[in-house]
Amino acid sequence: MNDTSSFPKQESFMKSTWKLLWADPKGRAGVILLIFVLLFSFLGPVLFPFNPKDMATTSKEILQAPTAQHWWGTDEMGRDVFRATLAGSQVSLVVGLMATLISIIIGSIVGLIAGYYQGFLGNVLMRITDFFLVLPILPLIIVLAVLFGQSFTILILVIGLTSWSGTARIVRSQVISLRERQFIDRIRSLGASDFRIIGVHILPNVLPLIFANTVLVIAGSILAEATLAFLGLGDPVHVSWGTMLHYAFIAGAAGRGAWWYLIPPGLGIVTIVLAFTLTGHSLDQILNPRLRKY
Amino acid sequence: MLRLEFIVKKIGQLVVTIFAVASFNFLLFRVLPGDPIRLLARAGRLTPEAIDRLRQLFGLDQSVVTQYLYYLRNLATGELGISFTYRQPVIEILQERISNTLLLLATSTVIVLIIGVSAGMIAAARRGSKIDSSLVITSLVFWSLPTFWTGLVLIIILGVYFHALPISGMSTAGADNLTAFERILDIGKHILLPTITLAIVDMGQFMLITRSTLVDVLTEDYILTAKAKGLPSRKVLWNHGLPNALLPILTTTALYVSLIVGGAIQVETVFSWPGMGRLMYDAVLRRDYPILEASFFFTAATVILANFITDILYMFIDPRVREA
Repeated sequence: MNDTSSFPKQESFMKSTWKLLWADPKGRAGVILLIFVLLFSFLGPVLFPFNPKDMATTSKEILQAPTAQHWWGTDEMGRDVFRATLAGSQVSLVVGLMATLISIIIGSIVGLIAGYYQGFLGNVLMRITDFFLVLPILPLIIVLAVLFGQSFTILILVIGLTSWSGTARIVRSQVISLRERQFIDRIRSLGASDFRIIGVHILPNVLPLIFANTVLVIAGSILAEATLAFLGLGDPVHVSWGTMLHYAFIAGAAGRGAWWYLIPPGLGIVTIVLAFTLTGHSLDQILNPRLRKY
Repeated sequence: MLRLEFIVKKIGQLVVTIFAVASFNFLLFRVLPGDPIRLLARAGRLTPEAIDRLRQLFGLDQSVVTQYLYYLRNLATGELGISFTYRQPVIEILQERISNTLLLLATSTVIVLIIGVSAGMIAAARRGSKIDSSLVITSLVFWSLPTFWTGLVLIIILGVYFHALPISGMSTAGADNLTAFERILDIGKHILLPTITLAIVDMGQFMLITRSTLVDVLTEDYILTAKAKGLPSRKVLWNHGLPNALLPILTTTALYVSLIVGGAIQVETVFSWPGMGRLMYDAVLRRDYPILEASFFFTAATVILANFITDILYMFIDPRVREA
């Protein structure tokens, strides 16, 4: 990679990235899974709407194994697991995406500033980043969710505000290496302001890296939401896959061998997380200059 | 001399970070959310007199600065308050639980390290091969498994369907008159499922770390030299690759202590393992704030301490750090 000249036009850059992604088995599997997951979560609830009040009328319908009427069996209230799983997918997806947005914005800004201003300001920011990097994340978000209540918004904020430190570190190290390049020196000597250098010349060069990181962070955020919801800290109104598993656990579904209640939401989480992980991993190898040589 | 300076600097950082966690904890539980009396007393309706009495009892009539100083003093002397649900000093409860968690974490981490590092070595040695890519994909799949769900699935398969292993607790209830050997065997049986769960979920991470570190090392010039002088590739890997990769693996491992702690909370919850994690889960359900506050501080301090120990170990193993 030598300076900006090696960066082709935007369109062809995206095209070549896509080609490399599709050529990588991991990337291709990730993209296909991703399309599958999106279809599932946006078309599914339209085709098979879920009514949470549609409970069992007879005790036979409670925790019932799959039948012709209930394809994936019923839960402890006699509701259809298949329809509940379809409905839950959107909650998991939206919380994951929104939390990632917050996390990436904070992480990128901190990384850009800490990498560009390496004096006192950069040091202070890196200390804060390291502080968040070593804090055990799960206990931290558990405590925050307990204190601030259980809602959709709080979950998004809690996950987003605690998971930006990895992004900050990655962006910072890339900014540091860019900053030392000749073209930045030349632009500076022409009298460009710091703000302009960061915004116009450095940011576009770290954007691909941020993009690859974003896809990986989405996977982490969805896992974090699922875990919090499983521990009983999900939004009671918007039932996600994690919340379903929480109720399944409380109802003793595992001990009673009710596999049909546990497998669908869990497999949903695995599929969605795996889709983003595979895609992100592949993108990271394509777009991260530190990994590109392999 | 330089070594001493490094240690002093690291100790300074350790003290500052733990102090920051303590202050953060204070801020979270005493200052941010609404009325602390409601949090502390957890009672619905109180007479104004009772509220005043509670305020005095917990020193909440003092200024925030005074409260903060009291809080630091109590923390230093191990006075962490009384649990709402157990009606027992928090510090005593923590002492009972901590060893159970350490036992679980130690067992699973050893297994994870052995399997993860060997799988990573195999993948790195045959970089680009079919074995390599299937190991990488397997690791990514394992990474994508939610820990708690993996535990639940194992309960159904190994516990309920095959009746092979106990699915809950740390020992068989009612089995009191066991010999020491039988007791160890009993705990060993109970620890198996939680350990397998943690091992499956964390293994992928360690395999990927080992692989990428080794791949980095194997592209170094001295590896080329070793190959050029005719060393068989097995020897290059063991004598030149692995020793140089161990250090970065060690540091990255320290960063994953936080992840392992998160896994322990989930596994202990699912398998009712009487450790810190299950304690936190119960405290969440019952809104037992003193327990939550103390266990958060405790886990954070432990993770920070683990990172500190790694830094110091690193210095003793890697001569370059002493000069830097």
